[in-house]
Amino acid sequence: MQGSNLMTDVALKSRLDKRPIQEPTSWDRLKVNKNWLGLWFMLPAGAILMLFLAYPLGLGVWLSFTDAKIGRAGEFVGLENYEWLGGDSTFLLSVFNTLLYTTVASVIKFAVGLYLALLLNERLPFKAILRAVVLIPFIVPTVLSAIAFWWIYDAQFSIISWSLKQMGLIETNIDFLGDVWNARWSTIFANIWRGVPFVAITLLAGLQTVSPSLYEAATIDGATPWQRFRFITYPLLTPIIAVVMTFSVLFTFTDFQLIWVMTRGGPVNATHLMATLSYQRAIIGGSLGEGAAISTAMIPFLLAAIMVSWFGLQRRKWQQGGDND
Amino acid sequence: MTDTLAAKAANPKTVLNASVAGPDASEGMSYLDSLPRRLVTLYLPLGLILVVLLFPFYWMALTSVKPDEQLLDFDVYSPFWTWNPTFKHIHKLLFDTEYPIWLWNTMLVATCATALSIFASVLAAYAIVRLRYRGAQWVGGAIFLAYLVPPSILFIPLSTVVFQYGLFDTPFALILTYPTILIPFSTWLLMGYFKTIPFELEECALIDGASRWQILTKIVLPLAIPGLISAFIFCFTLCWNEFIYALTFISSTHYKTVPVAIVTALVDGDVYRWGSLMAGALIGSLPLVILYAFFVEHYVSAMTGAVKE
Repeated sequence: MQGSNLMTDVALKSRLDKRPIQEPTSWDRLKVNKNWLGLWFMLPAGAILMLFLAYPLGLGVWLSFTDAKIGRAGEFVGLENYEWLGGDSTFLLSVFNTLLYTTVASVIKFAVGLYLALLLNERLPFKAILRAVVLIPFIVPTVLSAIAFWWIYDAQFSIISWSLKQMGLIETNIDFLGDVWNARWSTIFANIWRGVPFVAITLLAGLQTVSPSLYEAATIDGATPWQRFRFITYPLLTPIIAVVMTFSVLFTFTDFQLIWVMTRGGPVNATHLMATLSYQRAIIGGSLGEGAAISTAMIPFLLAAIMVSWFGLQRRKWQQGGDND
Repeated sequence: MTDTLAAKAANPKTVLNASVAGPDASEGMSYLDSLPRRLVTLYLPLGLILVVLLFPFYWMALTSVKPDEQLLDFDVYSPFWTWNPTFKHIHKLLFDTEYPIWLWNTMLVATCATALSIFASVLAAYAIVRLRYRGAQWVGGAIFLAYLVPPSILFIPLSTVVFQYGLFDTPFALILTYPTILIPFSTWLLMGYFKTIPFELEECALIDGASRWQILTKIVLPLAIPGLISAFIFCFTLCWNEFIYALTFISSTHYKTVPVAIVTALVDGDVYRWGSLMAGALIGSLPLVILYAFFVEHYVSAMTGAVKE
């Protein structure tokens, strides 16, 4: 009896102690307003991206219309930089190199990467370790592996030349980075070497979501391995292929590190990409305006590449279980 | 049952179409393959690709411990192995050059830039996914687009900006510019993780009177720890790998990061420079490889997660 009294007392007391209900002030309302809160939550990321990404992006386009040099603000010169570049054979060569580099490297990266992903998707001993090892070229900083390639491609002491000579396949050393086309293929190979793990591991993640029963059903229907790849694996993989290849093309097109470490654009500008040429003209040569024009000229190519892979291989409704589109 | 399967595997004729097991068969049917067949279609190509992928690292490691006389003379000494490894190159690198300072610079810049980016990205991702303020979807899309802006078209205007802000040739130039690469990526990744956390948990907390900040730190973040680790590791790797900003914004050797310093300060005319160059590349890669070895799963999920969204 006494116990329950006590309890009611406590309950009443706390009820009585409660402050009268207050009208929420406008400050209280603001504190839970999601737009107001959102503003504060977005502030750190927004400030950094505005100051160091959006503003420079706009500034770059503006600089490309000026004759700015290092240490001197430029004057507006209209399209002069672009007109000049249009007649500059080095720039046109760099555009050709970039397109060649991107196309060849991306196609081979896709083919080898997909093949490697299919191999890794098989029943294998030590599968986890294998997958971890495959990704190592992607982990190691590009510059450091590029230096290793530089040594492997050495004109005099290349291990590849030596091995081929021992096998009796060639007579003299291959000049990997000194000859125009050799240098192009050598840098493309290094780029493929670095890019394949990324393509393979991301595609493998996609492959692992494909149900084995689909393959079983197709096999019972008499499908050949090629048909199973063409009509099951490939269609189910297209969304992820689109994204992976968009990234791959984007990063290959704007590559700088590999080329800069191995050839600096040489021999006779044969491996200059647009990125390395813009660095050479703007930072080493000092003509910021001209360098910015080369960088800006990359943007349409990039947009085109993104559009092609994005819209060309877009997600289809039936891939998510919807009706055919 | 297992016996019959084994019998079928042993005798391909009994199976409907045993020769179909190409490289795309997944676990469901791989028991149909005979060993010789797997050897040719699977182990051989896989082995070949692995050798090509790993050879540069083997060559790098071997070169860094070879004595000078074996370094360039392939005909007297077998180039693929050495019986008397030396630490001369590594010693020279660590004690005769500024390599430890470069390593420290890289570590400092990578840690600070990563921490800053993760802080900003957590707030931004939470706001986009859960506060859903007006225009949040558009901001999410804009952040994805920012991820597609490559550093090599930004470095020229950014160098003038860095100069204007008075950051040129200081570590802050890198600490503040690296987040432009990291924030879009980690925000995108964390948005994916935050979306998987049930709404109900947050609703309960709101009814109990928690503020948004309390919900973020006490409910969302503890549940998103795997995502945070993934984002952290990936950002750290990207920082370590970054080259063009560090090359452009830093001019004094003292502030350089490992990738830039190796290319600009370590390359000299010495014929035997390869030993210390390779040692530099090896030691520069080790921290990342060790980090990676401990967090492989997080790393893979970061890479695929960011792509899949």
